[in-house]
Amino acid sequence: MILNIARKELKSVFASPMGWIILALLMFAFGTYYLNGVNDYFEVMSGAIRPAERSGVTQFVGQNVYGLASFIMLFAVPLLSMRLISEERRNQTLPFLFSAPLSLTEIVLGKFIGLVAFLSILIIYIALMLFTLNIWTDIDFGYILANSLGLFLLVASFSALGLYFSSLTSQPVVAAILSFIALFALMILDRFFAGDPSSTMAKLSLMRHFQSFAGGLIDTADIAYFVLFIITFLTLTIRRLDADRLRG
Amino acid sequence: MTNLTVEASELTRLYGGREAVSNVSFELKQGEVLGFLGPNGAGKSTTMKMLTGNLAPSAGSVRICGIDMIENPKEAKALIGYLPEMRPLYKEFTVDEYLTIAARLHRVAGKNIKKAVETAKERCGLTHMSKRLIENLSNGYQQRVGIAQAIIHNPMVVILDEPTVGLDPIQIRDIRALIREIGGERSVILSTHILPEVEMVCDHVQIIDKGKLVFNGGIDVLKRQRIGNKLLIGFNQAPTVAELLKIKGLTEAEVADNNMMRVRFAEGVAPHEAIVQAAVKNKWGLYQIAPDQTSLEDVFVQLTYQEIEPEAS
Repeated sequence: MILNIARKELKSVFASPMGWIILALLMFAFGTYYLNGVNDYFEVMSGAIRPAERSGVTQFVGQNVYGLASFIMLFAVPLLSMRLISEERRNQTLPFLFSAPLSLTEIVLGKFIGLVAFLSILIIYIALMLFTLNIWTDIDFGYILANSLGLFLLVASFSALGLYFSSLTSQPVVAAILSFIALFALMILDRFFAGDPSSTMAKLSLMRHFQSFAGGLIDTADIAYFVLFIITFLTLTIRRLDADRLRG
Repeated sequence: MTNLTVEASELTRLYGGREAVSNVSFELKQGEVLGFLGPNGAGKSTTMKMLTGNLAPSAGSVRICGIDMIENPKEAKALIGYLPEMRPLYKEFTVDEYLTIAARLHRVAGKNIKKAVETAKERCGLTHMSKRLIENLSNGYQQRVGIAQAIIHNPMVVILDEPTVGLDPIQIRDIRALIREIGGERSVILSTHILPEVEMVCDHVQIIDKGKLVFNGGIDVLKRQRIGNKLLIGFNQAPTVAELLKIKGLTEAEVADNNMMRVRFAEGVAPHEAIVQAAVKNKWGLYQIAPDQTSLEDVFVQLTYQEIEPEAS
């Protein structure tokens, strides 16, 4: 049942040109950064004389592409997540889902998985693109996998938050702006508290937890943070929809 | 068959302390069509939302085929097909895509989906619209898609909130026939503003006003109340009221407009012939005699704006 809703969401993303255009534009951006990364690698590395300044091609190009991806997702996810619930609210299509034999949890999870599945296309594409480096040289697969996992968790967290803000309003644009502001605040939180590395507030920052993945490190503490983040916002969304049923 | 499909008991819904629906109880058997009548804002849609689990009742309970909507919402919802007042259509899909999604979400088994979609389209006259985007369909066709969506999983109870809004007369006739057809084997609840529609389609009528049930009974009760024991008679040389009341069986007479007179007669007598004979004998110049029907609107107004009047006798 969850998958049926996810399928419906995916279908509706691709039913309009919106889905295709977003995919095409983002892939174009990632491709350009990948190309630049490969070009710059030789220039930079030929300039680096001491061994400590040198890094592998995977890391050099990967940093480029994944750095951009995490930043671009900050804009892309609110644009995609905004319509999930608020548009159904505006078009009064929610009763269609509410009167079908589905629990609210299934509806919310289905919508969440639908969006994450769409964004995963991009993550898989980025990984495949970086894997092509293997044709010319030996690359660090672990680094790419860690980054992909990190990006996946980051994007899933964005989606969960976007879904929640989408459930709050019946105006998709308002939902997009709210989730963008919230995500941006969470992203740069650690900048504000940069002076105090042990600050609890800084630990809430999404970017900080993405950093270890970006370095190629899979840390269960960071995974736990992302999973808890996702669960929190999905639960809030379910509660918000339940309030609809109770309060009308 | 006397299977109860819908049991609503003491449904109450509060909106900020105001009772939108209060203490509504009724039952519906398999094979019956129930019509919900009421002025705007009377609580028809709210009641329907509660029946379908879209809104939690403040008090009371709903049972669908014996399954409690609050305790087992999934099982109960599986037995219901619901068309809300605002059609819940995803306009970016084609008719086929949308109905397939509807079938899937209502747990139609994978191999039966295609057949279910075809059947629903056929029943609602949508076959030639399969590949059209819902967005581009006319209002009436969109309404049909809404109905198709509600009957696609062949539910035990079909709940339609104003199903004939926006349809042309021919479509309305088709939809009424469809409702009758579904009502033959399943149960249907529909709400409407169009009063004759209730008479044509429904077995039972409920009139709801300000959240309270003011009338609940068979359509024949309503019809009897409507037709009553009244005649409207037209004379060229109208007699006086006293003269007319000499005819056996007449209890009351009054002068109406255009040389017409309205008479009431006792239950069980048919004074029509006596009136005609008296008219011929006394040369009253009878030119018209017809049963005087109170329009359904009048009955409706009587019921919703006053206490229920004792039946005309």
